[in-house]
Amino acid sequence: MNEKAQRTVFLSGDEALAQGAFEAGLGFASSYPGTPATEILEYLAKFPEVSAQWSVNEKVAFEVALGASIAGARSLYASKHVGLNVAMDPLMTSAYVGVGGGFVVVSADDPGIHSSQNEQDNRLLARVAKIPLLEPSSPQEAYFFVKKAFLISEKFDTPVMIRLTTRIAHTKENILTGIRKEFSCPEFKINIPKYVMVPKNAFQRHIELEKKLLKLKAYSEKSLLNKTEINDRKIGFITSGVTYLYAKETYPKASFLKLGMSFPFPAELARDFAGKVKNIFVIEELEPFLEEQLLMAGIKAKAKDPSLRVGELRPEDIPEIVKGKKRIHAPATSRKPVMCPGCPHRSVFSVLKKLRLTVTGDIGCYTLGALAPMQALHTCLCMGGGITLFEGFKKVLGRNVVGVIGDSTFVHSGITGLINLAYNRTRGLVIILDNSTTAMTGNQPHPGVGITINGEPTKKLVLEDLCRSCGADNVDVIGAYRIKDLEELISSRVNADSLSVIIVRTPCRLIERTRAPSPALDQAKCKKCYLCLGLDCPALRKDEFGLVKINGKFCVGCNLCANICPAKALTKNE
Amino acid sequence: MNKPDIINVFFCGTGGQGVLTAAEILGQAAILEGFHVKKSEVHGMAQRGGSVESHLRFGKKVFSPLISKGKADYLVAFHKEEALRLKDYLGSKGSDLTVYLEKALHLEEGARYLNTYLLGALSAYLPIKEKNWLAALEAAFFNKNLKENIAVFQKARKEVMSR
Repeated sequence: MNEKAQRTVFLSGDEALAQGAFEAGLGFASSYPGTPATEILEYLAKFPEVSAQWSVNEKVAFEVALGASIAGARSLYASKHVGLNVAMDPLMTSAYVGVGGGFVVVSADDPGIHSSQNEQDNRLLARVAKIPLLEPSSPQEAYFFVKKAFLISEKFDTPVMIRLTTRIAHTKENILTGIRKEFSCPEFKINIPKYVMVPKNAFQRHIELEKKLLKLKAYSEKSLLNKTEINDRKIGFITSGVTYLYAKETYPKASFLKLGMSFPFPAELARDFAGKVKNIFVIEELEPFLEEQLLMAGIKAKAKDPSLRVGELRPEDIPEIVKGKKRIHAPATSRKPVMCPGCPHRSVFSVLKKLRLTVTGDIGCYTLGALAPMQALHTCLCMGGGITLFEGFKKVLGRNVVGVIGDSTFVHSGITGLINLAYNRTRGLVIILDNSTTAMTGNQPHPGVGITINGEPTKKLVLEDLCRSCGADNVDVIGAYRIKDLEELISSRVNADSLSVIIVRTPCRLIERTRAPSPALDQAKCKKCYLCLGLDCPALRKDEFGLVKINGKFCVGCNLCANICPAKALTKNE
Repeated sequence: MNKPDIINVFFCGTGGQGVLTAAEILGQAAILEGFHVKKSEVHGMAQRGGSVESHLRFGKKVFSPLISKGKADYLVAFHKEEALRLKDYLGSKGSDLTVYLEKALHLEEGARYLNTYLLGALSAYLPIKEKNWLAALEAAFFNKNLKENIAVFQKARKEVMSR
């Protein structure tokens, strides 16, 4: 390799994986933002050689990427663990059709649920989808493994899953980068039995897929991705991913079978290891994935107590697993996140709370509306569920229920729900909390913003037109800070005999950083009702004497507190 | 200076305080010094006032990206309550740098440039040359009050070194 082109940089697991893919001649990449996967596409978008996109949702992202692969380019899909659920439909048949240029599916899982709705273990999905699974344990390995993944993908004509976890995706380390090697695309040839999955063809492809899995198992048995380290023969660990590093750090003198390619499972390699080492422990986060494979192969190994299947592992857990201890889950003591000062969502939730409505919610910053003291959002299940759960609630409760969803989430998975409402003659109110960005993941653009991942202007999706086309009878657009008008509008629509959408459109505070003077506060007029504190604004607090105080450093002058103060102690500062 | 085995620095605070920026600057400086570095943190909720912690480890070769409880050599806190909550990360021989937080908050420029002040104090303890710190600061603040940040960093560094 050209030494001049090598550079040591400080990259996260996401970035290192993206850099490795870039160097492997990646031609196409797609994703929908989601922690901890977001930075993969953000990094790839910098390279003119890569066609990178934020897709409308993960299903779309997966299909576009697989299309690019079949047509001949090296291609990559990335999402968080729950994002892959949205792409399950194409994922499950992708192993049947195979690839053209190499196709890598990156799943960034979130053990410990730092920023997700569940902690599913997507290693299981690789097995269900019948595609090989690579598990790097560090950013450095993510960089190398992705290059290997393209080779495996092309050699065996299959998508390859790379599974990261938060502690790999969001760990940074020194990475020695190299130069890009262009990939020469194989020419696409029409091949109907391979690419048209009608029953007859699919049946034949399934037969071939099972043969392929046996070949992949043989490959896994010999692959350098799986490493045996024989040291102390009295204690050994079979492990994968970041947990290898925790075990290695805690028991540096032990023997290790470190699985970089854990599906198809190299059972003979494990059997060989088990023959050389006396006490073997399986160390893995979440599901008993390796544990079950060992069990099926009849290899004896001690595994963690099932109580440790919940939450992420930490280095200090390894000795506990060796001792066979249970985990007692302590309640979290960390500070809760709050909406930013001046956040437009706070205004809307203050109105919904005042009107005592039941609110089906969705995924985004506005999910914070469920936390005390606001508690004005009452469900959060999945992307798009704010609208569809609303329909179920409405059918049963009849009155005083409203569905809320963010703008990016609406485009991702809300549109079909709105059409379903109209088609099934459901009446009621859906509120789109339009802050004109994908806020929670760090302000990525989406079709409603009219800007691409590269910051270039593109066709802008007009939500109000779309909602009308879906069948909404009334579509109103209103600013979030007009709370009296908002209250009137919501009251008039919520139980009306029509289908209404209110688009509350005010940009995210992290985009629009304008400030106005803080409200004036007249302590003499304050009745200490603390209605203002119920807004959970970081700029308001109660001091040790019970007096309300404004923190001028945080306050952006949205005047929501002044607008709701019944005693007029807080007033707009003109 | 003798290069020690592994040094563990635990940063904690709340979203928006510059915790992650501080850890990033130390990471860059440690790389320039020739160390292997791992830095681990959780994104997503960071901007919204929630708890933020960053585990930064450097040395010849670092395995785990996380610092085990009781193994941190330095606790750098941006928020007193968070320091109390996470104190059990600090080792028995570790240094609690929370004293410098109080000092910083008493100075006008210390409160304004809290992360560079705390880094300046931390720098006095670590085997990283000043020129590498300055290069890392420059990379982080090249168009954001670089002069002021460097001045605050050096002031804190000198104060701690002269004690």
